Amino acid sequence: MYSFDVERPTSVADAATALGKEDAQALGGGQTLIPTLKQRLASPSVLVSLSGIDEIKGVSSDGGKITIGGGTNHATVAAEAGAYAALADLANNIGDPAVRNRGTIGGSLANNDPSACYPAAALASGATITTNNRDIAADDYFQGMFTTALEEGEIVTSVSFPVPEAASYQKFEQPASRFSLVGVFVAKYADSVRVAVTGASEEGVFRWSEAEAALSGNFSADALEGLSVSGDGMISDLHGSGDYRAHLVKVMTKRAVAAAS
Amino acid sequence: MTEVTMVVNGKSVTKSVKGNTLMTEFLREELRLTGTHVGCDTSQCGACVVHVNGEAVKSCTMFAAEANGAEVNTIESMENPDGSLGVIQQAFQDHHGLQCGFCTPGMVMSAAALLKDNPKPSEAEIRDYLEGNICRCTGYHNIVKSIMAASGQDVSNIAAE
Amino acid sequence: MPKDHGIGASPKRREDVRFLTGTGNYTDDINVYGQAYVYFLRSDMAHGNIKNIDTSAAEAMSGVVKIFTGADFEGVGGIPCGWEITDKNGDAMQEPAHPVLAIGKVRHVGDPIAAVVADSLEEARNAAEAIDVDIEELPAVVDMKAALEDGATKVHDDLTSNLCYDWQFGTETADVDAAFAGAAHVTTLELTNNRLVANPMEPRVAVGDYNRAGDHSTLHTTSQNPHVIRLLMGAFVLGIPEHKLTVVAPDVGGGFGTKIFHYAEEAFVTFAAKACNRAVKWTSSRSEAFMSDAHGRDHVSKIELALDADNNFVGLRTDTYANMGAYLSTFASSVPTWLHGTLMAGNYKTPAVQVNVKAVFTTTVPVDAYRGAGRPEATYQLERLIDKAARELSVDPMALRRQNFITSFPYATPVAVEYDTGDYNATMDKMEELMDFPGFAARRAASEAKGMLRGRGVNCFIEACGIAPSNLVGQLGARAGLYDAATVRVNATGSISVMVGAHSHGQGHETVFPQVVAEMLGIDEGMIDIVHGDTSKIPFGMGTYGSRSLAVCGSAMVRATEKIINKAKKIAAHLLEASEGDIELKDGQFSVAGTDKSVAWGDVTLAAYVPHNYPLEDIEPGLEETAFYDPANFTYPAGAYACEVEVDPETGKVTIEKFVSADDFGNVVNPMIVEGQVHGGIAQGIGQALLENCAYDENGQLLSASYMDYAMPRADDLPHMANYVVDHSCQTPCTHNPLGVKGCGEAGAIGSPPTVVNAVLDALNSGNHDVEHIDMPVSPSRVWEAMNG
Repeated sequence: MYSFDVERPTSVADAATALGKEDAQALGGGQTLIPTLKQRLASPSVLVSLSGIDEIKGVSSDGGKITIGGGTNHATVAAEAGAYAALADLANNIGDPAVRNRGTIGGSLANNDPSACYPAAALASGATITTNNRDIAADDYFQGMFTTALEEGEIVTSVSFPVPEAASYQKFEQPASRFSLVGVFVAKYADSVRVAVTGASEEGVFRWSEAEAALSGNFSADALEGLSVSGDGMISDLHGSGDYRAHLVKVMTKRAVAAAS
Repeated sequence: MTEVTMVVNGKSVTKSVKGNTLMTEFLREELRLTGTHVGCDTSQCGACVVHVNGEAVKSCTMFAAEANGAEVNTIESMENPDGSLGVIQQAFQDHHGLQCGFCTPGMVMSAAALLKDNPKPSEAEIRDYLEGNICRCTGYHNIVKSIMAASGQDVSNIAAE
Repeated sequence: MPKDHGIGASPKRREDVRFLTGTGNYTDDINVYGQAYVYFLRSDMAHGNIKNIDTSAAEAMSGVVKIFTGADFEGVGGIPCGWEITDKNGDAMQEPAHPVLAIGKVRHVGDPIAAVVADSLEEARNAAEAIDVDIEELPAVVDMKAALEDGATKVHDDLTSNLCYDWQFGTETADVDAAFAGAAHVTTLELTNNRLVANPMEPRVAVGDYNRAGDHSTLHTTSQNPHVIRLLMGAFVLGIPEHKLTVVAPDVGGGFGTKIFHYAEEAFVTFAAKACNRAVKWTSSRSEAFMSDAHGRDHVSKIELALDADNNFVGLRTDTYANMGAYLSTFASSVPTWLHGTLMAGNYKTPAVQVNVKAVFTTTVPVDAYRGAGRPEATYQLERLIDKAARELSVDPMALRRQNFITSFPYATPVAVEYDTGDYNATMDKMEELMDFPGFAARRAASEAKGMLRGRGVNCFIEACGIAPSNLVGQLGARAGLYDAATVRVNATGSISVMVGAHSHGQGHETVFPQVVAEMLGIDEGMIDIVHGDTSKIPFGMGTYGSRSLAVCGSAMVRATEKIINKAKKIAAHLLEASEGDIELKDGQFSVAGTDKSVAWGDVTLAAYVPHNYPLEDIEPGLEETAFYDPANFTYPAGAYACEVEVDPETGKVTIEKFVSADDFGNVVNPMIVEGQVHGGIAQGIGQALLENCAYDENGQLLSASYMDYAMPRADDLPHMANYVVDHSCQTPCTHNPLGVKGCGEAGAIGSPPTVVNAVLDALNSGNHDVEHIDMPVSPSRVWEAMNG
C-alpha cells in the first residue's frame, strides 16, 4: 500500500469535513477498498473511516419502510432486518461471516461493484439512498459499474427500502470469488413488480423491464416462460459467457419468483 | 503516525502506528503474535481471522487504527489458563483437523465465533460458515468433524473414517 | 481392538499443539536483526526484449539499500533443471538458460526484472515503481500446438524452436500399429488436463543471511527438501560449497510439490545478503505466488484404445503436448515423461502401450510437479477413455475394467516398470460394497423427480511412488540420486533423536516416525523426537514428495534402527555376560534367551556413553547410527474410486452427493494420518475436476491471478461426512521395503478427477441427454455449454 493517514471521525459532519481534504477517501468496512489499496490501485492521502460514526448505524422500520444506516454491517442487517426477510437473507449471504462483520451497506452501494448484492436489492425495492446532502432514488443512483450519482466526498448515511408484499433474492455464485455471477432480486409491491439483476451486465445492475411487465400481470414463474434475455452486453469471462449469464438471468428470476414470500 | 490503544488477549497495549498498518502487521510485527497468518491478499483465505469486540474479522482487511479502543483476541488466547488446549483446539487435535497448520488459527477463531452464536451447528451450517476459511490440506472433512465434536455432538458414528 | 501405540495406532499428532496455539515457527515468523526487505519488480508483459532498465531515480529513494538487475547476475549460474530427457532421436532435450533475474528478455508475466532491497517493504516497492523499464513487446506464445508451427515466435532465441523434447516410450511403433490394425474396436479421445496452481496456504518466503566472520550463508526457506536446495543453489547457482551454506526449512505451511523446486527468489536473497552484508527477506503475496510458483498439469492429449472382439485391451497409444512454461523448473521435464508415461498401462494388461510426449516452451509460468505429478495426467486420460469405450460398446464400465485387470504379480508393463504386488479386484469389490450400487437407480429417480440429473462414475488407478530407485532414475536422466537418509542418535539415558532427510509440512512425520522406532525398540514413543528441515543437523536426504517419506526415508530409519539394535545387543551381551546371539530385545528389555537375565534399554544406552564396563576393544562407545536407503523399485499404490453427482440442468452446477475411495497402500503405520492424506488429495482432485483452472488469454495475461478468479475448493464444495468413505483396508504390502508401505500422499489427487468427470458424463448421458465430451474443470458454465452447445 501507499502511505496514507487514517482518520476516525465520530460524526457525519466531521467526516464530511475530513473528506474535503485533497485526495481524501471514505473507508466503510474496507472489504473491497483494502484489497484495492494492497494492489496500489488507489492512492488516497487520507482515509476517512466511517466505522466510528454511530449515527449512521442501525436498522429501523416504520410504516412499511425499513431504513438501514449506511455504516451498518451486513451481519447486523441479516440479524435485524427481519421486517424485510429477503433483504436480511441477502445480507446473510454476502461474502463470508468475517466479511459480513465488517462490510457495510453504504460501502457496498458507494462502490457499486457490478457483482455486488446490495445494488440489486436497492434497485428492485425502489430504495432511497440518503446522503449527508440529499435523497437519491435508486433508479437515479446507479450509473454503470463502479459509477454512482454520489458526488466527491458525499457519504451514504442511510438507505430506505419500501417493504414489498413478497420478495426474494436468488444468487448464482461465481465459483471462485463467490460474488454473484448472476443475482436477481424480485420485489412484488401492490402496484408493481420490480426485477433487478446484478453480476450479469457490463453496465452494472439493471432492471429487467420485460420481466417486470410480465410479472405485474401474473406473479408466477410461468409468466416468464416466453421471455428471453440477450447475451449482448452481458459480461463474458473465464466463469461464463454472456449467453450463459443471460440464460441464468431468466433461471434465477424464475427461482426468485417461486421463492418470493 | 496515530497512537492506538487496544486490549489484545487481555493485555492493554498502546503503540504508534502508520495509517496503512494492517491489523495483521500490527499483531505479527509490533506484538510478535505470529499465530495470525496471511495466506492471501484478497480477503478470502481466512488464515488471519481474529476476534474484534467478540466478532470474527479478517485482520488483513482492517487497519490497526480502526481497532483503537477495541478488544482483540487471537489464537494465542484460545488455550485454557493452565496452558492446556481449549475445547476447540483439543477437538482439532483429537480429530486430526489440521495438517500443515497454516490455516488452523483462522479455522479455530472462526469455529469459536460460530459456536458462540450457534452452539450446536449442523454439518451444513458448519460448511456454510467456513466459506471464508480456505484449507488446502485436510479437505475440510476433519475440520468439520472437529467443530461438531467441539460443540459436544457425537461424531463417532459418522460413516466416514 | 485398534492398537494404541506403535505401528498401526493413531496417536494424536504431537506437532498439533504448536500449530493450535499459534506457536509454530513458519519462515515468515523468522526475522533476523537488521534485516532488509526485497521487492521484485516483475514483468506485466508475457514476452518482450528488455531494451533498457534505468534504476537511477529509484536508487536515490528513501530506504533503498541496493537495486539488482539481470546484469548483476551475469556470470552467476542459472536455475538448473534436475532431469535431462533424451528425445526419440537420441538427442538431449533443449535446455534454456534460466537466470535469477531476467537477462535480455522477459518470458512470462511475473518474470522478475529487478529486485529492490530496502529498509522496509513499502520503501522497496516505492522504489521499484520508480524504475524505468523499456521493454519492446513481442508476441506471446500461449497455445502449445501453434508454438510448434514453423515460423512461430521463439521463447528462447538461442534454441532451435519451442520444442523442449519429442519423447517416445514403450512398445515399438510397428507393434502398436499392428495391434490397432487388428482391433475390432478403437476408441479415441482428445482431452485437456487443466493447468493448476498448487496453492499451499502458506505463500513462499525466503530469508537470506550472511555471516561475514565465518563466510557462511544461511537460507531460511519454505521448502520440502532443504538439502536439495542447498545442493542446487550452492553447486549450480551461487558456487557456495556445502560447508559454507546452511538451508533451513522450518514449519512449512503445505507444499503439494510446488515447494520442491529451487526458485530464483531463494538464490536471490542468499546472494543479496552477502552483497549487502545484511539479511534480506522476501515474503510472497498470494498475487505474486500465482505468477511465480511453478504451476501444475497443463497437458493436451489424444489417446486411443484398441480392443479385440471380446473387449480385451490390445493396444494403447497416446500423443500428449506438455506445457513447460517459459523455463525448465527443477523436475519439469520428468513429469510428462517418466512420471506419466510409465504409468500409462494403468491397472490393465494391455500388451502394447506407446506414449508420445512433446514438451513445449510457452510464455507462461514454468510448470512442474503438483500432487501426483504426471500420474494424475496418465490416469485421467486412461480412465476417461475406458469409460468412453464402455459407452461406445454398451458394456458395463466396471466389468470392462475387471476383465482387463492385471491379476498376477510381479507384472512387467510395456512401459518399463514392474508392479511388485496388488489386488485390483479387491479394491474394486470394496468400492462397490461401499457405494451401494443396487440403490443407484432409486437415487437417480429421486434426483430426477426434483429436476436434477444424477450420474455415477468409477475409476481405477495405479501410481508409482516411493520415488525412487537411483540407478533406474539415473538411467532415465535424473541428475541426482533419490535415496534418503536417517540418523538415529540414542542419548545416554535412552531418549532418541532421529534426524531425517524427509521434511514434514503437514504429513505428521514427528508423530508417525517415532511410532516405527518405538515399535522396533519396544520403548515409549515419547522418548523419541524427529529432527528435520535443517541441513546443519540432518544427514543428506532428498526430502518429501512423490509419496516417498515413509517408504524411502522411513526405510532408512528402519535400517539405522536395526544397526542400533545390533550394537545395543553387543553391549547388552557384554553386560549380561552372555553370547550376542542369545540376546533378545522385547518391550525395551534385552534378555538372554531361555533365562531370566535381562538388562533394560536405558542401562544399555548409559553403558554406551559411560563405558566403564564396556567391550572397548570390540566396539566403539556411543550409540548413533546412520543409514542411507535406496529403494529397489517404486512402490505401486492402487485403488478404485467412485462417486455420484447431481447436475442441475438449468444452471450446470455439479454437486458431489456420494464419494468412496478404496485404496491399497500396503501396510499402514498411522490410519488417522493416512485418511487425512486421502481426504486432502481427494479435495484437490475434486478441485481440479470441478473448480480450479489456471487460464491465460491469448496475450499471455494470467486470467486467474488471485482467489477472486482461481476457485479453491471450500468446505461446502465437498461431500458431506455421511456420504463419504475413505477405505484402506485392502492391503497388499510392498515386497521390497522393510515396512511394506507404499505411500498415500498423492492417491486422492490421482484417483478423483476421472471419477468425478466420469460421473458427470454419466449424468449428462442420462434421460435424453447425450453429451459426449467435457473438459475440466467441469464448471457450471461448461456443463451448460456442453448441454446446449
